[in-house]
Amino acid sequence: MSMDSNLLLSESAEKAAEVERLSQKRDVRNRWLLSSPALAIIFFAAAGPLGIVVLYSFLTPGDYTGVIWTFTTETWISVVLERDFFDESLGWADAHLSIFWRSIKLSLLTTILTAIFGIPTAYFIATRSPKSRNIWLFLITIPFWSNLLVRTYAIQELIRNKGVINNFLQWIGLTDAPIEMMFTDFAVGFGMTYVYLPLMVLPVYASIEKLDFKLVEGAYDLYASRWQCFRRIIVPLVRPGLIAGSILVFIPCLGAYVTPRILGGGNQLMFGNLIALQFGQGKNWPLGAALSLTLMVIVMIALIYFVKISSSESGKK
Amino acid sequence: MTQSNEAINIKNVLKVYKGDTDVYALNDVSLMIKQNEFFTLLGPSGCGKTTLLRLIAGFEHPTSGSILLNKEDISLLPPNKRPVNTVFQSYALFPHMSVGGNIAFGLEMLGWSKSEVQNTVDEMLDLVKMQDLKNRKPAEISGGQQQRVALARALAPKPQVLLLDEPLSALDLKLRKQMQIELKRLQSETGITFVFVTHDQEEALTMSDRIAVMNEGKILQYGNPREIYHHPENKFVANFIGDSNFLSANIKNGNAILSDGTELKLSKSIKQKSDGQKSILIRPEHVQMKKSNGNKKTFEGRINNIVYFGTDTHFHLELKTGDEFTIRKQNTPHEGTEFEIGTMVELTIDENAIQILND
Repeated sequence: MSMDSNLLLSESAEKAAEVERLSQKRDVRNRWLLSSPALAIIFFAAAGPLGIVVLYSFLTPGDYTGVIWTFTTETWISVVLERDFFDESLGWADAHLSIFWRSIKLSLLTTILTAIFGIPTAYFIATRSPKSRNIWLFLITIPFWSNLLVRTYAIQELIRNKGVINNFLQWIGLTDAPIEMMFTDFAVGFGMTYVYLPLMVLPVYASIEKLDFKLVEGAYDLYASRWQCFRRIIVPLVRPGLIAGSILVFIPCLGAYVTPRILGGGNQLMFGNLIALQFGQGKNWPLGAALSLTLMVIVMIALIYFVKISSSESGKK
Repeated sequence: MTQSNEAINIKNVLKVYKGDTDVYALNDVSLMIKQNEFFTLLGPSGCGKTTLLRLIAGFEHPTSGSILLNKEDISLLPPNKRPVNTVFQSYALFPHMSVGGNIAFGLEMLGWSKSEVQNTVDEMLDLVKMQDLKNRKPAEISGGQQQRVALARALAPKPQVLLLDEPLSALDLKLRKQMQIELKRLQSETGITFVFVTHDQEEALTMSDRIAVMNEGKILQYGNPREIYHHPENKFVANFIGDSNFLSANIKNGNAILSDGTELKLSKSIKQKSDGQKSILIRPEHVQMKKSNGNKKTFEGRINNIVYFGTDTHFHLELKTGDEFTIRKQNTPHEGTEFEIGTMVELTIDENAIQILND
């Protein structure tokens, strides 16, 4: 009799396990079903095109446009290296490297400039009364209302040789000849600072607005000067906003196309222009694809760096 | 009250906030705070006590009048130039710095050497019994501990005056009682002048050497806790501090005559200049009562309500004049049901227990 009951027990246990297995199976299926729309978007809109870019970067450029389906790594080599025209030996591709360097340099410069102008602006807005704060924020977003192209041409109007600034300087007699500003690094940096400034102001503003101003009073009370209070209290506390702003400025700057195209002309190419060139006049799609991927890697390195400094701060004393 | 030991001297300070209608946050306030004193500014919210504290700290500047610290006019100095530190109501601890970092901040700003800073930080942590938590962040310690850190941070630079802006209001009752004792200890150990702001009359009475009672931007009375409690000058002070019975009486020949003709004898020590209709104050615990024997001439009342509080019992009476009157009687182990609702009782009052108020 005891054997019988044991048998019964083990049978029912088996049944329970079976039910459990089935319900788990159903759970897994449901999960996949529910996330399938998101997965589909990720596959078709992100992973798929990226795969095509990767694939193209290993193909041979066609004569006029497009690609020939022959595998080659030559394109990837030519991203940073250059084969000598006569003896086929490899040397640095100075043209590419100088463009990479200019992109990084100008993007860094723009990030720093937007921070220098953006922090006081954000501080100013955050310390207004709640009512007027909204008006100031509204004013900050006004540039977004007109097209980037139009705004960039407006800057050109300001800084070209016969533009507003040069005319004014000559009129008050500060210079005799116009100051050459168009088609220089300055022009590109100036334009990008103008374009990306709101992207720095807004996240920094959000951080400062959350700042408890009692802490500022506390710092003054403990004998801090204005500068010490800014450096020791305000900057560390608005750091998350500052990092978010830097990411929002630095990364689009790296790939900027319109601003360097119009204000930098043909001499001051940046990464975005170089890529565009390969798909257009250069008729070298594989190189364009390889350069795009290179830019992506640089952006990822930058992002990892930003994330690292933001997380290392919270762990520090 | 010799002039030599004054710490802070506030002279005719006026603070006006301009607006549609000007707000007189402080209206001609004069006050002298002595060295090594635990001084309390007491009043309801909006009475100007915090404004006065902020003026002493330097976060705001007086519209007119002057503030002297050790006889030096500091009215217009910024906060970082005043040897005065504040413990904020919200503590305002720097969230990105450790407990030790918070305490060190003021010292670093003053340019102390690294070893001096470290020694003082440890000394302060000892003082507030927080040695173990030196490396924690403010978010990782309890409210009571944050309170201690805020105190240590403000005491570390050895200020001449420590300002405390309702620092205990965020703590629960038990912790608040502990901190009251703690604060008193810190004050006597450090010998620093404390200026404490509160709206809690009990806190003020238990901790202070002297209290200034404020209302509507003015100081109504200042003196030691006993003076304030036993000899309030007007109805507001009497009402704000402790429980009170107010009666209207005609003062004549050293007697207070109530509206029903009952005569209460006044103490000789009361220097009431003028006779006439006045408010008198009688504290609920200063009255004895016994069952009435029906004598019409005595001060009598009928018990309307009895509220039991554990340590004592409150009897709410209706007097023959129609006024309400409260008596507080301490409970004893032999407490019976001697008095019941509806009992007529005869009241006896010590002549010193009657105060005449200026309204």
